[in-house]
Amino acid sequence: MERESLASAASANGSPAKTAADLSNHMLELDEDDDFEVFSKDATLTDASSFSASMPTSPASMINQYKPEEQDIKDVFITVDCPESHVTSIETFVTYRVITKTTRSEFDSSEYEVRRRYQDFLWLKGKLEEAHPTLIINPLPEKFVMKGMMERFNDDFIETRRKALYKFVNRIADHPILSFNEDFKVFLTAQAWELASHKKQGPGLLSRMGETVRAVAASVRGVQNRPEEFTAMNDYVETFSQKMGMLDKITRRIVKEQKEYLEGMKECGPVYTLWSGSEDQLVEPLKAIAGCIDNCCKVTEEQVAGLSENQVPILHEYVLCAETLKAVLRRRDNIQAEYESKVDALANKKADKENLKEEIGSLEDKLECANSTLKVDWERWKRDMQGDVKSAFVDMADTNMNYYKKLLAIWESFLTSQKTDVHLDKDTDS
Amino acid sequence: MRGSEILERMADSRSEDVAVIGNTDLSAADPHNNTMTEEGVPLLKTMEISVSEAEKRTGKNAVSMQEVYTVYLIETRPVNTISEGLSAAPDSLWRRYSEFELLRNYLLVTFPYIVVPPLPEKRAEFVWHKLSADNMDPDFVERRRIGLENFLLRVASHSVLSKDKIFYLFLTQDDGWKDVVYDTGFQAKADSRLKALNATFRVKHPDKRYTELKHYSDELHSVISQLLRVRAKVADRLYGVYKVHGNYGRVFSEWSAIEREMGDGLQSAGHHMDAYAASVDDILEEEEHYADQLKEYLYYSEALRAVCRKHELIQYELEMAAQDLVSKKQQREELATGTVRTFSLKGMTSKLFGQETPEQREAKLKILEQQIVEGEELVKTSNAECDEYVRNAWVDIDRFKEQKNQDLKEALISYAVMQISMCKKGIQVWNNAKECFSKMSH
Repeated sequence: MERESLASAASANGSPAKTAADLSNHMLELDEDDDFEVFSKDATLTDASSFSASMPTSPASMINQYKPEEQDIKDVFITVDCPESHVTSIETFVTYRVITKTTRSEFDSSEYEVRRRYQDFLWLKGKLEEAHPTLIINPLPEKFVMKGMMERFNDDFIETRRKALYKFVNRIADHPILSFNEDFKVFLTAQAWELASHKKQGPGLLSRMGETVRAVAASVRGVQNRPEEFTAMNDYVETFSQKMGMLDKITRRIVKEQKEYLEGMKECGPVYTLWSGSEDQLVEPLKAIAGCIDNCCKVTEEQVAGLSENQVPILHEYVLCAETLKAVLRRRDNIQAEYESKVDALANKKADKENLKEEIGSLEDKLECANSTLKVDWERWKRDMQGDVKSAFVDMADTNMNYYKKLLAIWESFLTSQKTDVHLDKDTDS
Repeated sequence: MRGSEILERMADSRSEDVAVIGNTDLSAADPHNNTMTEEGVPLLKTMEISVSEAEKRTGKNAVSMQEVYTVYLIETRPVNTISEGLSAAPDSLWRRYSEFELLRNYLLVTFPYIVVPPLPEKRAEFVWHKLSADNMDPDFVERRRIGLENFLLRVASHSVLSKDKIFYLFLTQDDGWKDVVYDTGFQAKADSRLKALNATFRVKHPDKRYTELKHYSDELHSVISQLLRVRAKVADRLYGVYKVHGNYGRVFSEWSAIEREMGDGLQSAGHHMDAYAASVDDILEEEEHYADQLKEYLYYSEALRAVCRKHELIQYELEMAAQDLVSKKQQREELATGTVRTFSLKGMTSKLFGQETPEQREAKLKILEQQIVEGEELVKTSNAECDEYVRNAWVDIDRFKEQKNQDLKEALISYAVMQISMCKKGIQVWNNAKECFSKMSH
């Protein structure tokens, strides 16, 4: 069909050309209409707190232990379920039950059950990023929902969030370094009041402000000799972020269009039924078709739900992941920038050389450690990402295949019910 | 082969394939006779008919303005030449849509008791795609060509309509056909709209069967309109779903550039997404064909309604004639006996101003007697006309009902076949895509 030539004819009439190619592009220009959630920009929040002078464990020793091939032994199992609403005089919030089962010796007991709210997860993430600025930590689901605050307590939203939180803690549990983090242990095991008091410890407000100032200064200064591989990572993340964003948009758009298709289809069955009321001979086939269409609607509803509940969240998570990666690369850059500035200072200043030399020494260690952990964790992240993406799209293909198989069965049963000898190759002869 | 099966085949074909007619009755009449076919054998059994091509022409219209219009090539060939293996070239002539309209109007007036097959729509209605609304759009022209062929085949296979000389000339006479049609004076016979409307509201004893038929045709019209509207909406949305998938192809391709292990899988999966998006064009083209089948019966319901309207008119005229006769008889009685049974202005005035002379009364009576005789004759002919109409019409209505049931059932079945084909394509594409996705990483 020559739709392209029709486009020029149509545009000559002043009407919008709806060619195949044009429409595809047009299909992506719906930012305002789409029901997007706002990024919580967790990553930038933690930028400020990424400088902790004290490292809980020696990173160098941890690196030696970080052997990706050995992380197949899973000894921490966590579930996140049973969301409950709590109402106080000041606020309403939801808590989730977190059950941990473990055989690790670091844990006093083998089973724990606690209740945690979103804020607690956020705190945990912050602490982990503080301790390991160049490890790639799974993103949390967003904090806010754009369209209406009341949506926070909507069942679907809570369920989506619960699944994301479950993924979040399990990813940490699977991580060879992060799973041994002290704050993580506290998160999993402490009762509510214990957690509250634990949270109050750590660097005070003033020292954190000092870190913020240093971080800003470092990022303003910029890195001078960024190693090639990290520049490559940066380029990769830029493209990855862009492509993920588009895939996220496309998938949501498909869900939206499919829902509208479903709405339209739902109107068809009743018309056929209405028609059958006026006929005599045609009553049976008309009612049969109405029944088929109604069944098709049910099947379509399942398919849309499948896409919404599975593919959409996964792709969205990786959009957030891209932001995490950017933040990690920024933090690494800042460490390098700080180191470089001290080296410059040493070259210029004459006094206090000894202290500077010591600072430079520790910063050099810090930089080296950051680079190594990032490189190793990058590979781990890529592996995980490939696995996730592959299974997400394989699932999508399965969902759609099953969808069409069910539809096929419905229409084939219609043909059988009409007792025709129609061969599907249309070889009818009389 | 039944006429309707031929019609289905014709409706399906997009090429210039001509229907094959099973009946090789060699005793077909000489085409130059006035009686076109043997008694009881529709034209289609002896003559192959097709509308094989469409072409654009430019010319001057009635007000001397330049216009662009489309003409359609009608090809005819006597069946016996084919069966004897002589593939003589078909006779052909070009006609435009307005000439088809003229033919149909003629048939409507000449055979008011027949449910006359409808023409394909004058303007595209129930469109889901703005471009299809253009009369010059090649797809629209193609579908119209098929619809016009369908129309001719339906008329040619009708036992009554196919015998009409004007129809035969439409198929065979290149020049001056229009004049011949106008010369029949059919336009004068057409009932005025007002007259018909009047009858609808004033009939006192409507035939129950026709009332039911009227309601049925209204219901059929309404339900098919609804169906067409909903279908157009659904088609539009289905288009959207498929086309958005095309974007996956583009993004996968761009993304594959930065991925080492996943690159190949993404690229090839992307191609399948493109194929998926493109497949909707064919799917919707087939759906359009289903819509055309429904549209034919939408317009058929109007033809059915016209038959009912004509019946109402005839019935009304009969009732008027009968009423007139009754009142005239009453007048005669009053005049003869001198009694005024019912109130009449004449009676009152004569009472007030004195009665007429016996000579005047005698004259009046004579006139009345004459009128009564005429009136009785009128009632007799009206009655006969009504009966004949009802008889003839009911035969064709039964024929139409059977045709409708068969055609629509087949349409529903072919719709299901279409859906099955769409599902199978979908399964295949997603299976292919799944294979590509599976190869994306270890």
